[in-house]
Amino acid sequence: MPLLEVESLCVNYGHIEAIRDISFSVERGTITTLIGANGAGKTTTLKTISGLRTVRAGKIIFDGKDITNLPPYERVKLGLSQSPEGRGVFPGMTVRENLDMGAFVRTDTKTPAYKEDLDRVYALFPRLEERAKQVAGTMSGGEQQMVAMGRALMARPKLVLLDEPSMGLAPKLIAQIFSIIDEIKAQGTTVLLVEQNAAQALKRSDTAHILETGEIVRSGTGTELAADGSVKAAYLGGDV
Amino acid sequence: MRRSTKRYLRQGGLYAVLAAVVIFLAVSVDWGNVHRNFWTPGLGDNWHDLILTGVKNTAIYTVISFALGLALALLLALMKLSDVLVYRWIATVYIELFRGLPALITILFMAFAVPIAFQWHAPGGTAGAGVIGLVMVAGAYMAETLRAGLQAVPKGQTEAARSLGMGPVATHVHVIIPQAFRIIIPPLTNEFVLLIKDTSLLSIVGAAVGQRELTNVSRDFLSSGSTAGTGTSLAQAALLYLIITLPLTRLVAWLEKRQQRAR
Repeated sequence: MPLLEVESLCVNYGHIEAIRDISFSVERGTITTLIGANGAGKTTTLKTISGLRTVRAGKIIFDGKDITNLPPYERVKLGLSQSPEGRGVFPGMTVRENLDMGAFVRTDTKTPAYKEDLDRVYALFPRLEERAKQVAGTMSGGEQQMVAMGRALMARPKLVLLDEPSMGLAPKLIAQIFSIIDEIKAQGTTVLLVEQNAAQALKRSDTAHILETGEIVRSGTGTELAADGSVKAAYLGGDV
Repeated sequence: MRRSTKRYLRQGGLYAVLAAVVIFLAVSVDWGNVHRNFWTPGLGDNWHDLILTGVKNTAIYTVISFALGLALALLLALMKLSDVLVYRWIATVYIELFRGLPALITILFMAFAVPIAFQWHAPGGTAGAGVIGLVMVAGAYMAETLRAGLQAVPKGQTEAARSLGMGPVATHVHVIIPQAFRIIIPPLTNEFVLLIKDTSLLSIVGAAVGQRELTNVSRDFLSSGSTAGTGTSLAQAALLYLIITLPLTRLVAWLEKRQQRAR
């Protein structure tokens, strides 16, 4: 049974159909990627899965449970957390406070298990441990991205949704962020990734879907899509 | 003529006009008269005690109106942003009503009309009732400031909080309201200064001696003691108001400048 199943999902903004009849599933322990141009509906799909958008039609099944109409905080409790687009770190809080906010739904924040998770996030992002007391709003874009990802992991999710983690970062940092995504998968957390940086994303995706104007137009393994001529031309600038 | 020469001449002309006006005033005003009427010594022995009581009461009334007004304003602002149409409606009517009325009318209503109509005894007597009127007005003004602050917090913050597992209440308490307050510190400090000055409206409600605020105390001296008939007590009260408000308005300017830099 896949960890996440999305069945014929439709979401509207007023009368405008943002996504139309989207179906895909995410297997446990994999990286699944949604790629596509601006406005294709990638972020809307993620926000709908985490409960920030209302579903018009269709179903979302997470870990065998229908979560289509659950409020977002109930979904986090079930093991689904999101690192939002544009990072959305809490600028007035320190790095550590941001990470603690990620564990908002957890009741075990005083236990060794929690400390262990914090150490795991610090191991993924050593920078965050160095800067634990820094106010997050004063950090660079790359560091804020790390805060957002670390924060999402502090909920100890089964599935983490990463919305454009490489957006606006320098190439060297992008490489670092992607190797951390590999590491998150290696530690057993399933990843659903939305990316515009298609070349990097496809290289490490087990499954990938291409969205165009609210619909999935192509699906396949990451390597398949990366090798496909039309995908190359449209999203990869002909160079993988 | 060269451009820079022209500019010097124009500036020199402006300074000359200013100097002429200053000299004219210095010569034509009867300074002895001004001194007699606005700065006569001998306000009486109890002036010192009473004016200090006045300053103390002004401070107390300001702090109470600000604190309670802010709590009321937060409630109104949240109502105005509520999903429930009726709440939005109630908040809008309240805010428009009390911003539309002169503050003095509201204070008079609360100090005189309402207590008589409902046999109501406000805590702190007439002065207390007047302060409640001031709270109602301050709440209406600050509600709009707060609403603007709440709306100025980026939408992504709400979504980030929701997607981390916070419910609507937790999102507001931990994420939205703290950031909104940071944004509105300068305008809120400004409201505080306005409120200090507005406590002078309470001088008309006829408070007991120990409850009179600064304006009321100085007004009493307009008609009593050896300085009766001069503006001395008013001038001294005015000076005290400025000593309190000027540093605060400078503080507002500094806060605004700092915030602009932080953006």
